[in-house]
Amino acid sequence: MSVVAIDAGPRRGWRSASTWVGAVIVGIAVFCALFTNQIVPHDPFMQNLGGRLKVPFWMEGADPAHLLGTDQLGRDYLSRLIYGCRISMLIGVTVSIVSALIGITIGVLGGFIGGRVDDVVLFAITTRLSLPVVLVALAVVGLLGTSMTILVITLGLLLWDRFAVVARSTTMQVRNLDFVAAAWCAGCSRFRILTHEVLPNIASHLVVVATLEVALAILLEAALSFLGLGVPPPLPSWGLMIAEAKDYMFFSPWVIVIPGVALFVLVLGINLLGDGLRDLFGARTDP
Amino acid sequence: MLRFFVRRLIVALLVTATVMTLAFVLTRLSGDLAISIAGPNATQADVDAVRKAYGLDRPVIRQYFDWVGRALTGDLGDSYFFKTRVANLLAERMPVTLTLGIVGLLIALAVSLPLGILAAVRENTVLDRLVQMVAVIGQAMPSFWLGLILMITLGLRGWLPISGTGSWQHYVMPGIVLAFSAIPALTRLTRAGMIQAMSSDYIRTARAKGLSRASILLKHALRNAAIPVVAIAAVALGFMLGGSIVIEQVFALHGVGFLAWESIGKNDFPVVQAVVMVLAVIYVALTTIADLLNAVLDPRLRSA
Repeated sequence: MSVVAIDAGPRRGWRSASTWVGAVIVGIAVFCALFTNQIVPHDPFMQNLGGRLKVPFWMEGADPAHLLGTDQLGRDYLSRLIYGCRISMLIGVTVSIVSALIGITIGVLGGFIGGRVDDVVLFAITTRLSLPVVLVALAVVGLLGTSMTILVITLGLLLWDRFAVVARSTTMQVRNLDFVAAAWCAGCSRFRILTHEVLPNIASHLVVVATLEVALAILLEAALSFLGLGVPPPLPSWGLMIAEAKDYMFFSPWVIVIPGVALFVLVLGINLLGDGLRDLFGARTDP
Repeated sequence: MLRFFVRRLIVALLVTATVMTLAFVLTRLSGDLAISIAGPNATQADVDAVRKAYGLDRPVIRQYFDWVGRALTGDLGDSYFFKTRVANLLAERMPVTLTLGIVGLLIALAVSLPLGILAAVRENTVLDRLVQMVAVIGQAMPSFWLGLILMITLGLRGWLPISGTGSWQHYVMPGIVLAFSAIPALTRLTRAGMIQAMSSDYIRTARAKGLSRASILLKHALRNAAIPVVAIAAVALGFMLGGSIVIEQVFALHGVGFLAWESIGKNDFPVVQAVVMVLAVIYVALTTIADLLNAVLDPRLRSA
């Protein structure tokens, strides 16, 4: 990252450099998520109690067969890391889709119809924002049990607020433009105006929100898994890997450094890409 | 002005009522609570006994209105696990969470105000980009992981205590971690507010009058840029109280977040229900106060 920060070129150049860094990180993550089974060097679930906590390659006594060492049960850390990337991306994208469906529907209706409907929409957004996300998600998963499906639906039901806010405000702007008036005059139905005139014109803003939302969902999933109420073991979620390695961190710090850095870099990459897209589209995503 | 106040208060009350309902519904999601409370080895007779003892045999609607009615008088019921009043438990644990939240907010403000001003004054320079980079990095940092990293760096050297409460030092590491969640937004907002203020007419007038740079920056620009920051700081405190659950668990701080986490694991639903409600009510109160404060400070907002 320092390379990007030191570069004192024009704003545009710096921005596009950080966007490219983000795009490359996201590209690698997508590749790891799609081709997990082809690129993992070992079975991420295979335990080997004789070869526990082998150190990664940069430390003395590393095993060349396990580049990033092994965990407390002797499972290959690199393989678990790559598999964890697939889980993070899967959860990030699916949560973002669920919350986009809810948020965009609510936001567009509020912004397009206005009046009473909009009052209700604003009220729903205010109520949603007042709920503590982590706590509510923990409570739901704690009561219903840990599974990927429950986790995705819970987070999706909690993270639609930014989609709704942005969809509402951008729809309000588009609603009063001339081409919408033209469509009304041409006799288009309300539904057709929504799908053919409004949605395409607010799509770029929503794409930016979606990117940032994927990053947020990945961070939340990791936090919930860390607390033991996210992705169920033995699936290698990065949050869960950190939780399982916590007992060994004082003697072998790398066990928490590796999954934590992976999580940080992925979220950073998605955010950089999102910020870049925002500049590119001239979109506004502030609530 | 009065109309605006009344409207805001009515919205706040409605949100509170909705949140109370949601908190109640939330704990009924698992279906039959009596079965979860009685545990996996319970017989049908045990489950029936639990159902009767906790009043779960009554119609759900009765349970709901009973709970709301009591909650309004400050009676949040009894904890199944701790066998005490939930209100007492909360009163006991709340100071830890509030201290953590306020320490976190103060650290966040101490970092983001100077950074935001610096970035605005040196707009589009290397310095500005560095500050924006800090914000981007802060946004991507997993808080629980940062907490663990601080523990194995600062904690292991014996500079700061690793867990528990007892002295002010115990709040430093968790406070830093919590601050990280608010620093990006506060820095960006201070920067944007300062840039907008610096390009306004009254700053040009102040410059033309020949005022010193420091006086222009701090007395004229910052005062106007601070209005949205104050509002967001109140909102950030609300978010931080809700988000402190992860950090309390990492540092074994026995606040309400830790209490909620323990209670979720023990199916102690009156406690979970109460913590969700109390945190939401605090958030609603903070945002309402921030809105009203904003309206008092900036008359332009009152018509909204």
